[in-house]
Amino acid sequence: MQLSAFRTEVRSWLETNCPKSMRLPAVQDEVVWGGRNFQFKNPDSKIWLERMADKGWTCPTWPEEFGGGGLSKEESIVLSQELSRINARPALTSFGISMLGPVLLESASYEQKLEHIPKIVRGEIRWCQGYSEPGSGSDLASLATRALVDGDDYLINGSKVWTSYADKADWIFCLVRTDVEGPKHAGISFILFDMETSGVSTKPIQLISGSSPFCETFFDDVRVPAKNLVGGVNNGWAIAKRLLQHERTMISGFGLADSLNSDPDHASIMDKVEDAAMHYRGDSGRLSDPVLRDEIAQFKIDSEAFALTSQRSLEESKKGQGPTATSSMLKNYGCELNKRRYELLLQALGSCALGWEGSGFKSEELTVTREWLRSKANSIEGGTSEVQLNVIAKRVLGLPDILNMRKSRD
Amino acid sequence: MSLALNEDQELLQNSAKNFVAQNAPLGLLRQLRDTSNERGFDEKVWTQMVELGWTGIAIEDSFGGFDFGYVGLGVVLEETGRNLVSSPLIPSVLLGATAISYFGSDVQKKRLLPEVVKGQLLLALAGDELPIHSPNHIQTSATKVVGGYRLNGNKTFVLDGHVADKLVVVAKVDNGGVRSQGLSLFVVDKKAPGLDVQRTSMVDCRNCANLTLTDVHVEEENRLGSDIAANDSTSRFARVLDIGRIGVASEMLGSMQAAFDLTLEYLKQREQFGVLIGSFQGLQHRAAAMYSEIELCRSAVRGALFELDNPESSNDSVARIASMTKAKVSDVAKLVSNEAVQMHGGIGMTDEYDVGFYIKRARVAQQFLGDAAFHRDRYATLNSF
Ligand SMILES: Cc1cc2nc3c(=O)[nH]c(=O)nc-3n(C[C@H](O)[C@H](O)[C@H](O)COP(=O)(O)OP(=O)(O)OC[C@H]3O[C@@H](n4cnc5c(N)ncnc54)[C@H](O)[C@@H]3O)c2cc1C
Repeated sequence: MQLSAFRTEVRSWLETNCPKSMRLPAVQDEVVWGGRNFQFKNPDSKIWLERMADKGWTCPTWPEEFGGGGLSKEESIVLSQELSRINARPALTSFGISMLGPVLLESASYEQKLEHIPKIVRGEIRWCQGYSEPGSGSDLASLATRALVDGDDYLINGSKVWTSYADKADWIFCLVRTDVEGPKHAGISFILFDMETSGVSTKPIQLISGSSPFCETFFDDVRVPAKNLVGGVNNGWAIAKRLLQHERTMISGFGLADSLNSDPDHASIMDKVEDAAMHYRGDSGRLSDPVLRDEIAQFKIDSEAFALTSQRSLEESKKGQGPTATSSMLKNYGCELNKRRYELLLQALGSCALGWEGSGFKSEELTVTREWLRSKANSIEGGTSEVQLNVIAKRVLGLPDILNMRKSRD
Repeated sequence: MSLALNEDQELLQNSAKNFVAQNAPLGLLRQLRDTSNERGFDEKVWTQMVELGWTGIAIEDSFGGFDFGYVGLGVVLEETGRNLVSSPLIPSVLLGATAISYFGSDVQKKRLLPEVVKGQLLLALAGDELPIHSPNHIQTSATKVVGGYRLNGNKTFVLDGHVADKLVVVAKVDNGGVRSQGLSLFVVDKKAPGLDVQRTSMVDCRNCANLTLTDVHVEEENRLGSDIAANDSTSRFARVLDIGRIGVASEMLGSMQAAFDLTLEYLKQREQFGVLIGSFQGLQHRAAAMYSEIELCRSAVRGALFELDNPESSNDSVARIASMTKAKVSDVAKLVSNEAVQMHGGIGMTDEYDVGFYIKRARVAQQFLGDAAFHRDRYATLNSF
């Protein structure tokens, strides 16, 4: 189909099918994560999700065979343009969409795809990511959670930490050790299981921002069918890294916050750092604090150049190739930008951004405080900034690895 | 808007890359410097550039050019930037010819532009009068006299001022008593009585001059446009400067990439403490940060060049992206050139090694047509804060 015809079709479909309340700015506690026990705060969210899922447009480029939209890259760009044109909220936000689905499509068996992909598209199963462990963070490949063969099953023992939304997730994609003999990377497998399986327990952890989105996760003789292992025994590391590239690309989107055009009717003063600064500093026409003005200009210039870079990287990645090692660059830069953005907001708002709760502060001011704290995680989650710089140095620039050099000399 | 080059633009980029690699090594600049070359650029290389058609890339075909757009000129400048090629491409083609394209009448364009394309006429743009780029500060005056104008004033930092056949001088027009707010451009012959041209020997070994104009007579037919309103940062005159800024940023992108490549190579070959220095994380992270910043510059330059060729662009949209780009690229040029010297250690300080040429050129290019601070201020103003 011609792109322009497709655009017309999308536009009229959205006109009829996107509920009015779904065109208002997204609210944090109305984000639709899906899952077995998901409570829709707003009934329109449910209608919106069902209609979008029926078209497969929650996952526009995934194959129709598994419930996806089957759109070409160009068509999916048109779809997202039309969605943002009417300020439509995302019908579904999930780790299944941004992380697991893409690697299942690449590496899972047909049966595994058939079982899991449609449920991701429809938001029926909510996933969490079991990577980090107490002793294995940046050095993820040292992970120790053990999976031992027991008949047609694996018996899993160990624990994970920082597992985002483990207490709300239905299933987990988990890295486990299936071999302790060879090099650490070569003994890891990627396995999927239900969080309701007996022996799985979770314990929420509170963040410095006050919310508690992540958990400690414990596995005590958890029995998982061997067929749930993806990509073959001891082949998990390649899949794990591939998934991280998708995760990093997703997280790099945080860096686009400043360049998104918000609907002028519903814009918040905090959407643009310069608007907030002008408002709180009471300056007319021009920010009177020249240092803050220069810093904001620098930040906005970097944000614009970053947005152009994200666009270029998308255009340059060939069809179907997906993210590459540059995802580390985008992740790192985007996260640092988002952190800068909140530091500037704090600077602009003065003591109005230093409240914790209660009256005396506007709710959007309290949100700035909390989000400023939350933003500090951006450069830790999905691999720290330092780790991204390591990846760029080695994978993109081809610089030598000191650990390998030392080893080869010993 | 897509940021990808089309097939023709890619072809041009590759041919420029090959040409520069084969015919215009960095050693040429060193040679020009060491022999105190009078012209300051290599005539043979310049003739070849003219033959390749680079002088006409951004000029309309009705005036002898090839109507290929600024994206084309930008990719060529990026490639010449890699080897710090000294040529009249920026002063004559990017600045001089663009000023004439924007302000000249058809008659003036027909008279001047084809000569530029053929390489038979070298132009230079004389705008700045202070050590810091200040397009709003033009004191040079043009007083109406019978049959033309009388120009008086001083100009500085005029690229190729000493070799240009004609100088495009920005001046304030004095209409008998009341000085008009507007500016005009005047095409002044290098031999005009009253024009004194002093070549200045710059740190980057490229060519600049200071001009003194004392009662220089310019005929009416050599006045380009009128009342250009330079004070307005989104005026048509600003548009000409913005095209210059974006073109210079393209050249700077090529130079910073080359300085970075040189440094990366060194990190992979120099050993200390029994290992390659490129294995030290303190250097790796700085290299990775530079890589990221250069990628951002590439996107900014690409976006800016496409905006120049975008038929729906406005002076305002071009002004924003030009200042965004020149600010970003200037900052990163400084970062990369400093790091390039530092990561080479002692050898980076030697004249014999090429890296010094990059840091010298970077500073001149950073300053030219406005440094990072100038453009951040302008960007903030354009964005109403
Ligand atoms: C909000 C949030 C959500 C998260 N969600 C999940 C999730 O859902 N699932 C999951 O599995 N994990 C999750 N994580 C965990 C996250 O991936 C890890 O925290 C991260 O990989 C870092 O590991 P660590 O915390 O053990 O820190 P460490 O690895 O101990 O790092 C400590 C410091 O040392 C530095 N460092 C470590 N190694 C190097 C090196 N080689 N070179 C230079 N510096 C180095 C780090 O950069 C860091 O500054 C989440 C984390 C956060 C903050």
